[in-house]
Amino acid sequence: MTSVLDQVGLVARRSVRRTLRQPALIVPTIVFPLFLLAVNSSGLSAATDIPGFPASSYLDFAITVCFVQGAMFAAITAGTELATDVQSGFLNRLQLTPLTRLAILIGQMAGATTLALLGAVTYLAVGVIAGVDVKSGVGGAAVLIVYALFTAVAFSGIGATLGARTGSPEAVQGAFPLMFALFFLSSMSMPRELISIDWFRTVATWNPASYLIEGMRSLVITGWDGTALWRGVAIGAGILALSFWSASRALATRMART
Amino acid sequence: MSTNHRGIVVEGLVRTFKGDIHAVDGIDLEVAAGEIYGFLGPNGAGKSTTVHMLTTLLPPTAGRATVAGFDIAREGADVRRHIGAALQEAALDTFLTGREHMDLQAGLSGLGKADRARRGTELLERVGLIEAADRKVGGYSGGMKRRLDLAMALVHSPSILFLDEPTTGLDPQSRSALWDEVERLATDDGVTVFLTTQYLEEADVLADRVGIIDRGRIVAEGTPDELKRDIGGDTVEAIPADPHDLERAAEVLARFGERAAHSPKGVAVRLSRGAEQLADIVRALDDAGIALAHLQLHSPSLDDVFLTKTGRSLEGAGEEDEAAEEPVPA
Repeated sequence: MTSVLDQVGLVARRSVRRTLRQPALIVPTIVFPLFLLAVNSSGLSAATDIPGFPASSYLDFAITVCFVQGAMFAAITAGTELATDVQSGFLNRLQLTPLTRLAILIGQMAGATTLALLGAVTYLAVGVIAGVDVKSGVGGAAVLIVYALFTAVAFSGIGATLGARTGSPEAVQGAFPLMFALFFLSSMSMPRELISIDWFRTVATWNPASYLIEGMRSLVITGWDGTALWRGVAIGAGILALSFWSASRALATRMART
Repeated sequence: MSTNHRGIVVEGLVRTFKGDIHAVDGIDLEVAAGEIYGFLGPNGAGKSTTVHMLTTLLPPTAGRATVAGFDIAREGADVRRHIGAALQEAALDTFLTGREHMDLQAGLSGLGKADRARRGTELLERVGLIEAADRKVGGYSGGMKRRLDLAMALVHSPSILFLDEPTTGLDPQSRSALWDEVERLATDDGVTVFLTTQYLEEADVLADRVGIIDRGRIVAEGTPDELKRDIGGDTVEAIPADPHDLERAAEVLARFGERAAHSPKGVAVRLSRGAEQLADIVRALDDAGIALAHLQLHSPSLDDVFLTKTGRSLEGAGEEDEAAEEPVPA
């Protein structure tokens, strides 16, 4: 009898192999956030002149958006991969083995997490080469990578919920613009206190994505900011718990084996 | 309801889906250990739903069944330990190689690392895929995918094997190779095989016994020979050279047996004494001055059995029923 840990390892290895063998998944995850970073940091560089703007370089301010976008790509990947397994019948194959639901769920996340790791390391490397100054130092950069992975896993739970519930990769991909909108309505491009439009500032204040981004951003532009980090991690943990709970329920419905 | 029966026992099994669709509507059957049971029916007849229930992937709405002596509803994990299944989809990961598939399946089935590699190689050799073992499955042909699917189903040496339409879409050569392997499994290894098919020839060639399912109900069951014998003897069909002679030909043939299904241009009767009447028929038609374009003696097939039991031909019968097999749980 294989232990749950062994089962997770086997499913995870397959998930990572699949992901790494699909350039169509890897290239956009790396290129798209960096492209957006290049556009934003040149187009919005004047924002640093606004009194009270917390960074002297917009590149420093915006680099963390890449990590969040990477997490979104990871979420979509986790969802489409699970939906593909439902649609192709591969999930039925897995169900016929002693594999537990937990092992499927955690194992299936491995590919998306690997993708997020590849992305995070690349964003940071490109950012540093382009002049990003990580105020919290090398330790902070390492925490930033771990934080990005943690966010990616939390959001992958949402993708997995959609994938298990719909069984349709297209439906999961259709949710991408919604997630993108969630981040645009946050403090992604501008500090909350500097957003001049009232409703936008209110939405950004209530939007949990703002705190995730601010936690990450603090490591780059402030140094070690316990409050920002604590808030971000708490929000991330909340999303992680909720998304895995809902993914597990969706998978339980999908896996109707006796 | 664990029993000592090591094969399959099904009693009043029912599965309904949303919209009051009775995909499987109270079937009873028994498959002895080591037997090849052919489950024949058109698309949408309830074959795959039955397999999904017997392999524990879908809970039954009513009725009960044991597989390898274990109850499918209450002892799912035990059932799964004793069965192998190659389901209709041949669900494989196009980005993994054949060997990686075997390793994953063997690992999940509880084999240790060394055993995994050994068993994987052994089965890949057996199904003729050893040379393609390190190629990604995305590049495999349909026949190769089916063979890999079969190898994966056998990885933990199951005593009962479910094959859901294993040769659908395969070329004749691949089909024949798969038949040989299934036959070898049953004969040499004593594996019980539950095989669904919509191909008459497949059921005829492979199965020790056949159950014919239509619209969720078993309409006939027995050995292929028994089923054919049950519906009577050979039929003869005559197509007159002149279509105006059709009615007279029918009158002549009526002397030799009961009317049977025929093509639009011909007339057919079921012969009471079989082929030995053929010469008399030719003489009688000749005496009546009826020139023939075509005369054919036809032994009963499983399609005739299906036609007799359901009033429809097996070919094309499924199209009208296909919607019934949409797996939307009630």
